[in-house]
Amino acid sequence: MTLNDFQYSNIIHRCFRCGYCKFPVDWTDVNNCPPYARFRMESYSCGGRLWLTRAWLNEQINWSEYLAEILYSCTTCKNCEIKCPLRFNVDIVNMVVSARAEMVEAGKVPKAVKDFLQNIELYGNPYGASRTNRIAWTKGIEIDRYNGHEYLLYIGCAGSYDIRAQKSSKALAQILLKAGVSFGVLGDEETCDGNETHNLGEKGLFELLANKNIKTFNKMGVSKIITLSPHAFNAFKNYYPSYGGNFNVFHYTHILNSLLKTGRIKFSDSFHKKTVFHDPYFLGRWNGEYETPREILRVIPDIELMEMEKNRSGALCCGGGSGNFQMDLLGGSESSPARRRIREAYEMGAQIIAVSCPKCLIMLEDAIKAEGMDDKLSVMDISEIVAKACNI
Amino acid sequence: MFELKFNQDLCYHCNTQACLTKCKFMDIDNATAKNEILKIVRGEDSFVLHECVTCYACEEYCPYGNHPFYLIVERQEALGITPQPLPLVKRAINISIPFRGEPEINEINGPVINLGAFSQLKNKIQGKLFDGLSIISSDERKMFHYFCQLMYLHYGKISLIKERLPNVISTITKHKPAEVICFHDECYGAYTSFCNAYGISVPFRPVHLFEYLFSRLIKLRDLIKPINIKVAYQRPCSSRLCPDKHLYVNRIFELIGAVLVKRQFSDENALCCGLTIQGQKKEGSRKRALEIQRKNIEDIEMAGAEVCVFNCPACFDTLSIKLKERNIIPTFMSDLCRISIGEISFNDIKMSG
Amino acid sequence: MDSIYNALCDIVGKEYCSNLPEEIYIYSYDLGTAEPKKPDYVVSPRTVEEIQKIVLLARDKNIPLVPLGGGLSLAGLAIPQKGGIVIDLKRMDSIIEVNERARYAVIECGVSQGQLISYLKKHHPNLTHSEPGAPPAATVAGNIIIHGQGDLAHPYGFSSDMVLGLEVVLPSGDIIRIGSCALGSGWFTIHPLPDIGLFLGWCRTTGIITKLSIKLFPAKKIRGTGTFVVEDEELIPEIIYKITHTQIPEDIIVYSRAIPPFAKGLHHITVNLAADSEKELEFKQELIWDDTLGEYIKNDLGGYLGFTKELERPQISKTSDYKKGGGFEYVGGIMPIDTYPQCYIRGREISEKHDIPYTVTARIIGLAHSMMFAWTYAFNRADEETIKKAREALYETDELVIELGGVIWKPGIYGQRLVMDRLHPGTKNLMKKIKTIIDPLGIMNPGNWELL
Repeated sequence: MTLNDFQYSNIIHRCFRCGYCKFPVDWTDVNNCPPYARFRMESYSCGGRLWLTRAWLNEQINWSEYLAEILYSCTTCKNCEIKCPLRFNVDIVNMVVSARAEMVEAGKVPKAVKDFLQNIELYGNPYGASRTNRIAWTKGIEIDRYNGHEYLLYIGCAGSYDIRAQKSSKALAQILLKAGVSFGVLGDEETCDGNETHNLGEKGLFELLANKNIKTFNKMGVSKIITLSPHAFNAFKNYYPSYGGNFNVFHYTHILNSLLKTGRIKFSDSFHKKTVFHDPYFLGRWNGEYETPREILRVIPDIELMEMEKNRSGALCCGGGSGNFQMDLLGGSESSPARRRIREAYEMGAQIIAVSCPKCLIMLEDAIKAEGMDDKLSVMDISEIVAKACNI
Repeated sequence: MFELKFNQDLCYHCNTQACLTKCKFMDIDNATAKNEILKIVRGEDSFVLHECVTCYACEEYCPYGNHPFYLIVERQEALGITPQPLPLVKRAINISIPFRGEPEINEINGPVINLGAFSQLKNKIQGKLFDGLSIISSDERKMFHYFCQLMYLHYGKISLIKERLPNVISTITKHKPAEVICFHDECYGAYTSFCNAYGISVPFRPVHLFEYLFSRLIKLRDLIKPINIKVAYQRPCSSRLCPDKHLYVNRIFELIGAVLVKRQFSDENALCCGLTIQGQKKEGSRKRALEIQRKNIEDIEMAGAEVCVFNCPACFDTLSIKLKERNIIPTFMSDLCRISIGEISFNDIKMSG
Repeated sequence: MDSIYNALCDIVGKEYCSNLPEEIYIYSYDLGTAEPKKPDYVVSPRTVEEIQKIVLLARDKNIPLVPLGGGLSLAGLAIPQKGGIVIDLKRMDSIIEVNERARYAVIECGVSQGQLISYLKKHHPNLTHSEPGAPPAATVAGNIIIHGQGDLAHPYGFSSDMVLGLEVVLPSGDIIRIGSCALGSGWFTIHPLPDIGLFLGWCRTTGIITKLSIKLFPAKKIRGTGTFVVEDEELIPEIIYKITHTQIPEDIIVYSRAIPPFAKGLHHITVNLAADSEKELEFKQELIWDDTLGEYIKNDLGGYLGFTKELERPQISKTSDYKKGGGFEYVGGIMPIDTYPQCYIRGREISEKHDIPYTVTARIIGLAHSMMFAWTYAFNRADEETIKKAREALYETDELVIELGGVIWKPGIYGQRLVMDRLHPGTKNLMKKIKTIIDPLGIMNPGNWELL
């Protein structure tokens, strides 16, 4: 592989490293690029990544595990694309993903990434957990296997296996049951959606996953899908159509919002908490959806909804994207994006950080523990907040 | 070079002198008007050529469709009378020189919408109202290949239009459009009024945006919910070139349930947005433009409009901040229509304005 | 094991210290045309004490120290010419104090322009600072150290004229303070103590400024930009003289460039005005556009293009992508206003000779006491030939500045030599003596301003 063969060889040199990409929308600080916020070395800034990629492809520097970690620490949150004023901005994340694909192709990825991908290949999830445990989250509730229901509820790996995220999966399923929504799950037949695999540059494995899922969905006659995770939502909505998978895809907040609007779910309990909403970038910057989760939160009884300074297109990513909810290349420091986010919420007096993504849930929950703020602040998924307000 | 088809006999025998007596920016009685028109017709200097603010309105006032405004601009150019100071004229001449390469020509063989020199306003042509239309001039870097050039009527440079417009027409024609919906009514005026007046052939069928929107709304009638918003309309200078299409403003408002407020400066009495006036050479032009804007906006406010609707992006840019300062929301006609079919909310136009 | 690396890790923590090829690569480059030079180490300290320890280490081991702010000077001023330790100061980013009534802010040296703008807007909407129009990642301190200018340069001068106090780590490791803060009182004035002008304009060859107090100015409710267009460059000096006579604008910029075509061969004078009411604004507009410039409009010599409310701050620049190549560099000359026509004509010639679309910009400093005239040359980072051409154009422009009687602003190595060759011998001698006393080992940013 040389620079000339690189898909973006005609634009990668156009990054000037002016640094707009480090800022949130309102220029408060230079900490809105997760890896740069964490490491604060120019090599970890968006411009640093592009310059290093070019230097590597140009053989000015050699591949190293460390170089790979720099590239894989990007969560693909697209803050850079929002802030970069230049025309090539739409391809910034694509350039990083392509560079990773080159590393995958050459078999040169950090160990954490290798394990992540290998687990998905072998077990259909990044945790290396048994397929049969995919349904552990359903314990205690009766949920149909998908069989011609109106919706397929696709939970995904984090919501299926992670103990914290399982609670949000369960809350969501219980709300849908109570509202009488016709839905079913795939249970142990569910496999990874591949969104992270795609963005980690493992295109081959992604294709396998996409084809497999599309085949399963089609075989079962699925036409409408509800996803727990914005990551799966993104994969189904934006990646699957080019593999022939055309489904009507909803993030669960779309469904909850319409159930609320049509009165199919009603609140019975008060939720009198100072609450902020943390935007997941796969709903926000990737899919332009900022308002639906807020519309739900706004009607929760007695909630005191506040906005963090960095919100919507200016939100700071939790640091969990691109597999980092598991690989955690950005963890281990008070500068980790999740811990910065927690402190930001705490400093403005929030009691609850509401999320709408299992990865954000996991990342922020861990960050609260690391900050020693368990007694001051909690993170809850919107599904859990709605379930609580419905007294489920 | 193309010649203006102008029938001077009509002026000799005209009893109305409407072109000048109706002018909102000059106070001229019939006798003076007749005298000055005939001077202009004969190619002599007239104070009118110096005082004209180039609002285009006399094109509409002339009962015979005899193109008095084009004649005024012809004479201004011939006598070297430019309404704008020369550095602004030079700037204007340069502004539409394409410099980012040739546009990619794709053959469409269907209806197109031409954004002209407003490629950045792609977000104003979204949704069901524009389904099935291909966009030409969607790339800001290439948009001056699609620019109708009529702006030079404000600069006493009609020869430039005659020189450049045929190339623009040829670029559009290469796309093989079945019909060309003109985003800005200045483009529509160029391909109808101006080209007719000069015998420039137009091989495609131009369609006025409002006529198009009206026909689309008729098709989408079932989706329309009356918006019940009190609106004013800022009629641009270019609308004077196609007064027969101005009626679609009312028709659209009726169809979508917008309530058009009654005000002094509407329809034939519309006031210029002031953009072209503020920089004119004539002494006091900047203040004159401010005064016109003040009168116009106070009129809109007193009539009780919540929203001011625009066709022309230049009028929009000129007046929108001033309108917002009075809590009147500026918006484009297409966005107002989109509210009626439930694609966007009133709040959306509030935010996007 | 590398004992210096270990010592640096002990000071700043392992995470903020590197000698790996990735960091060495990134920090060896400037964004302009200067040749890269590799540092041996990169550190990113958080406190003045850490900086002090780094300096002491460098002194003991006789290693060069290269302080780096936003890294946006474009003139290669933070390239480690002789290797050593690059100190990335961007983690020193606290806004320590804003004194509303005395209108000053005390900040650390890594605070970015964007951060300060945002902070003032949120917490002190009546105050503003002179923002240079560099990308918002540029540091406030960096702009001041190089004698930059911002969007209040017309009434208040260079950014370095706005300094009210400094804290500096000397090459000896001593920490000193300058101004009223040296008395332990507030950071409100740099006068009237004996003048110690040792750190501004020295390109960090005399010490590392770690904290500074800067003047803030009233932020009026309405701020906007009006534009006046002129074709004849010979008229610019007299027009600027007349506009500045009104003492009204906040900022005056004149630009001309080949692309886009509307700007070619014309001079756009942008005038920023601020007011607290429509009445005040219209009063100011009338004085400028009608009373001062009306005669030019009447005589076909100039045109009023309109006034737009709301200033874009920080300004968003796309200059680096002019050639779709990710690069540009400019020479800034601090020039007498009268040289405008020559600056423009000769600059155009240099650009055209090197096949670069010309871009020239002048910012008026003080009441036209001088202007910063910038000749900008875009290049394509992927095309060595264009870099070479830009570099040649830059060198020729450095020489032009001298020829026209100006002073090169923030010169790179080439320009520094031109200046040093022409410096008054007495001045040069004094600078040498100062440098010998303050940095006897010559560890501070060596390669820059080398008089010895």
